[in-house]
Amino acid sequence: MYSKLLQLVASALLVVVALSFQSAHAEPAPQQLVNALATGKLKQKPAQIEALAATKNPAIIPVLQALIEGELFYLKNDGQVVIAPQSGPMIDAATGKPLSGLNKSSLKKIKANNKVRRIARAAIAKLTLQSPVLAERQAAVEALFKAAKPESLSLLLEAQKNETDPQLQTRLAQAIALISLQDKAATAKAQQAAIAQLRSLGGQQALALLQAFTARDDIAPQEKEAATRAVEAIEKSMALWGIGQNVWYGLSLGSVLLLAAIGLAITFGVMGIINMAHGEMVMLGAYTTFVVQEVIRSSFPGVFEYSLAIALPLAFLVAGSVGFAMERGIIRFLYGRPLETLLATWGVSLVLQQAVRSIFGPTNKQVGNPEWMSGAYELGGLMLTANRLWILAFALLVFALLLVVLRRTRFGLQMRAVTQNRRMAASMGIRTPWVDAFTFALGSGIAGIAGVALSQIANVSPNLGQTYIIDSFMVVVFGGVGNLWGTLVGAMTLGVANKFLEPYAGAVLAKILTLVFIILFIQKRPRGLFAQKGRAVEA
Amino acid sequence: MLNPKKFLKAASLSAMLATTLVSGSASAEETIKVGILHSLSGTMAISETTLKDAMLMLIEDQNAKGGLLGKKLEPVVVDPASDWPLFAEKAKELLAVHKVDAVFGNWTSVSRKSVLPVFEELNGILFYPVQYEGEESQRNVFYTGAAPNQQAIPAVDYLLENEEVERWVLAGTDYVYPRTTNKILAAYLKAKGVADEDIMINYTPFGHSDWQTIVSDIKAFGSAGKKTAVVSTINGDANVPFYKELGNQGISAEDIPVVAFSVGEEELAGLDTEPLVGHLAAWNYFQSVETEANYEFIAKWKDFTKDINRVTNDPMEAHYIGFNMWVKAVEKAGSTEVDSVIDALVGVSVPNLSGGYSTMMPNHHITKPVLIGEIQADGQFEIVDQTDGLVAGDAWSDYLPDSAKLISDWRAPLSCGNYNVETKSCGGDS
Repeated sequence: MYSKLLQLVASALLVVVALSFQSAHAEPAPQQLVNALATGKLKQKPAQIEALAATKNPAIIPVLQALIEGELFYLKNDGQVVIAPQSGPMIDAATGKPLSGLNKSSLKKIKANNKVRRIARAAIAKLTLQSPVLAERQAAVEALFKAAKPESLSLLLEAQKNETDPQLQTRLAQAIALISLQDKAATAKAQQAAIAQLRSLGGQQALALLQAFTARDDIAPQEKEAATRAVEAIEKSMALWGIGQNVWYGLSLGSVLLLAAIGLAITFGVMGIINMAHGEMVMLGAYTTFVVQEVIRSSFPGVFEYSLAIALPLAFLVAGSVGFAMERGIIRFLYGRPLETLLATWGVSLVLQQAVRSIFGPTNKQVGNPEWMSGAYELGGLMLTANRLWILAFALLVFALLLVVLRRTRFGLQMRAVTQNRRMAASMGIRTPWVDAFTFALGSGIAGIAGVALSQIANVSPNLGQTYIIDSFMVVVFGGVGNLWGTLVGAMTLGVANKFLEPYAGAVLAKILTLVFIILFIQKRPRGLFAQKGRAVEA
Repeated sequence: MLNPKKFLKAASLSAMLATTLVSGSASAEETIKVGILHSLSGTMAISETTLKDAMLMLIEDQNAKGGLLGKKLEPVVVDPASDWPLFAEKAKELLAVHKVDAVFGNWTSVSRKSVLPVFEELNGILFYPVQYEGEESQRNVFYTGAAPNQQAIPAVDYLLENEEVERWVLAGTDYVYPRTTNKILAAYLKAKGVADEDIMINYTPFGHSDWQTIVSDIKAFGSAGKKTAVVSTINGDANVPFYKELGNQGISAEDIPVVAFSVGEEELAGLDTEPLVGHLAAWNYFQSVETEANYEFIAKWKDFTKDINRVTNDPMEAHYIGFNMWVKAVEKAGSTEVDSVIDALVGVSVPNLSGGYSTMMPNHHITKPVLIGEIQADGQFEIVDQTDGLVAGDAWSDYLPDSAKLISDWRAPLSCGNYNVETKSCGGDS
């Protein structure tokens, strides 16, 4: 029954194809060219797209768009090309009319690779350069800017005449400059304009083009000099921006180190417990984020953008209560015995890792980035990626909050009293065992919320903690045990130093050099950058 | 050369061989033992557990078909726990205690290197299913994974022809496989006329997570007006942050495509594939291969694991080919005796899952097709290119001056894994 219907539709389609074939004699309609997309190998696609683009018929835009998106198919039986979106009805690619009664299994996908998609995008760009919709024009200019091919020059010049949007006007001028500088036939005037334009554009692409231009021997000395000056100017500004970029990378690496280490600054720094399970607290925070996102995905997909905000308090509670249990159950019996504490907490770290491995499996878990944490902002020659920016801000916020808790609250006061002089604090009526437990829980909880942030840039796997434990100790020891400011300065210094070394020494050597530097530094100043002074140190 | 320890081992080995021979022919009730040497715990468990399951499935399947030489096959599974020296101990256990007739195992090159002397001394057979850096050919080892000329070089050729790439970033994790592969690729690219300044080589530590500087370097390198691509031998966990950073810095696969040699279906399962879509991988098999044999294999695998979301991957196919080759060679030799099976294996031809036949070459590598796939949003690959015929694995790369003059042929009378054609002697250039 069904198959009969299908046959009917198919034969109807055949008639349509045949009919349009006839009309194709009069005027080359894209039907034939569209259906050609279903034939031949990938290597023939560029030529087929060029042929389609040559018709200058705007009806081909959705066809090419579908090809780019992987939504272009053809019927297995007669090779007719159809657009089959992920949702919604299928459409006949050539006529744009909806089709019904077709089953996805009777379709075969028309493959595209990166090159085909690039060519299709450029073809669309050429057609939409004069589109009344600003966003379409912007996309078109960007695509042609990227490709910078001489054959689009006349189109761009024409578009420039009609363009009203000032921003797009500059972008067009830049694209034209990029092309005309490569154009052997360009006039001296056009060359000068292009050089000036590229000088103000700056960046690697302009630099490379200008350098290639100065190497040419068919240009007048005047233009050559202007281009050389432009090259120098761009190189100078790029060097400056490069330093700024390195500082930014350093700060963002530093903020990750700070986040990883800040909880340890409490448990190790303030309390003096060598807590090898610190990394696992970070991991627990990351897994909490994963669970929260899973629940949101399955039950409340609407609030996904807020998943991290929801995960934060939960991660604090989860890691904090594990920390609390650890202190009450194990660590309090081991105060004053650092070696045993080290071994015991290391054991706990293995238990936690294996527990997570048994519950969630050994593979990486997928933690999604909310929309506002993806992408990048450009600031002059700087590229600031959104997730790093948020993590830097978040690390500083956590740091500030912790500082307030330590300095301005009753709990912070008790905490400092206990760590500075336990017996005196006890005689003043402070219940020191509980203060110990809550301090450890606080440190662990902070590690947990660090895990929420780190889940955005790292792999969420049972091994997550191990990658950060060494770095965390490094930062706390370098910054000065027992000093929060030391941790901040230490993390940022190490981050920036690492990032300045990396371009010269490579990632592997930079890390080694940083470690060597810390070893030498600790030899010289065993108490770190900001050593604690006074009687408390002796206690 | 003759040290007493080695001598003793050789003696004990021949004694043992004699016993296996005797017991092997003694009764038909006995089983044929197949050793499985894959890590089931530790860092490599993620990848290797799958291969253990695949082997169990293949053995179960063969037993359902009536076993081998009228006997049942019996899998012997050991766990080397991602610990390289333990691999050697477990290999010894398989060969000396369990007396297995063949071993299927290993993933990392360092684990393979650690078991090589064991297989040589105890005269065992090892099938190694993972793509590797080449520069090796051992009498007791059969390499069913890709040599560099069956993966890296065709991938570079694809980029040269289809993407017209002119500048190359060779990015890898800092260990033996990426370093050797990149050395071969750099030599190959230079032979193709690529200038030194158009090749950028970069190494990062294991588990590297802060890719900001490197990605921005790649971006700067790629905006010099020439089409640029990244050839990635980045290993394991470091891949995800790398692709994420590429996405965040606004580099799409259409701008700078990345072709990876260690990213497969298994690695993509359960990952956020959004930033990876359109990037490439080169393998000899993809789950998306459209052949009847492959559909059947996938269905069997999902059935065996009782999980409809399980994926198949390239090293699994390598085991499929290797296992069938061993079965066929044993049938041909009429016994499981190691030396005759080793001789029988060369020239054996079995169907692979991509619609052709793979043959064991005299250098103990096999012939396979090379496929290039683009990563899709669902974690599968869309095959965008395939070599016209099969590519024979080359143990010694022709693009490195030291290994170009070496050939490997384990057939008599040469019987040598590193025959130097210049000095006409076995033993390489040492």
